[in-house]
Amino acid sequence: MINEILIMNGYGLYVWSAFIFTLVSFATLYFVIKNQYVKERNKFIVKFGTLNSERVSLAKSQGMNKEILSNTSSI
Amino acid sequence: MFKYFEPNKIFLITSKAPRYVLFLFIIVLSIGLLEALIFSPEDYKQGDAVRIMYVHVPSAWISLGIFSLITLLSIIGYIFKIKNFFLISKSLAPSGFIFNIIALVTGSIWGRPTWGTWWAWDARITAMLILALFYLLYLFAWRVFEDKDSVFKATLIITILGIINVPIIKYSVDWWNTLHQPASINIFTKSSIDISMLFPLMIMTAAFALFSLLIFLMKYNTELIKIKNKGLDRL
Repeated sequence: MINEILIMNGYGLYVWSAFIFTLVSFATLYFVIKNQYVKERNKFIVKFGTLNSERVSLAKSQGMNKEILSNTSSI
Repeated sequence: MFKYFEPNKIFLITSKAPRYVLFLFIIVLSIGLLEALIFSPEDYKQGDAVRIMYVHVPSAWISLGIFSLITLLSIIGYIFKIKNFFLISKSLAPSGFIFNIIALVTGSIWGRPTWGTWWAWDARITAMLILALFYLLYLFAWRVFEDKDSVFKATLIITILGIINVPIIKYSVDWWNTLHQPASINIFTKSSIDISMLFPLMIMTAAFALFSLLIFLMKYNTELIKIKNKGLDRL
């Protein structure tokens, strides 16, 4: 049964390579985009840390800033 | 109506959505892979090579769909001056491009056992390659232009020129004598594909659509945070 699935009457090499290429492309794109997201979010957190108290309260008045700082926005 | 597309409001939803979409994607993809690789029957002519269809066809559909959507959003965004539509378009492009590449590569792999060649300068295949070049140009434009107006104009022109290619891809198999087979699935007429093959194809299409939604959400959130980073500098 496993041999049948792997060999696929001689077409296994073509079928498996097409599926593996697709899944590897998915994984690569996912990690590239996730990396970009984490980098931007960390940059935001660092910048936020350097603000003085007046600017922090001003920035926190915007819901989106709070959301970025909260853990819920992590992927 | 367009006030609902404000990034501040959207982010509250888009920031939480990726984890749920990822979960759903993994489930649907697992079912799709089982159906495509194990449970679906082999073709009477192509044998097991037909299974490549389950990754090739959804990829081609989604890459065409995303390019059409990017064009529509760019046109509406330019006419009504909605910058967020350009941001949405920019976030859709990476998954559209990857699906285009997957369609080309898996098509090439499929071509070897069925046509006896990895590549042919066939109308549909060449048109798909041209679409990949338009995707590249589009992504490149976002990197090259720093001024917002210039990038909006450049990407609009690229998408309008690129969209001319989309009906050519769709109808190339009817207009010219090509190696590529004609469409097996029609929305308005009866499809020539059996339900036992149509079912896994639809599941894989749903899985691929979920993946493009996931990538879109992650990229869109990244772009919004990028804007907020610039906003902190101005505080």
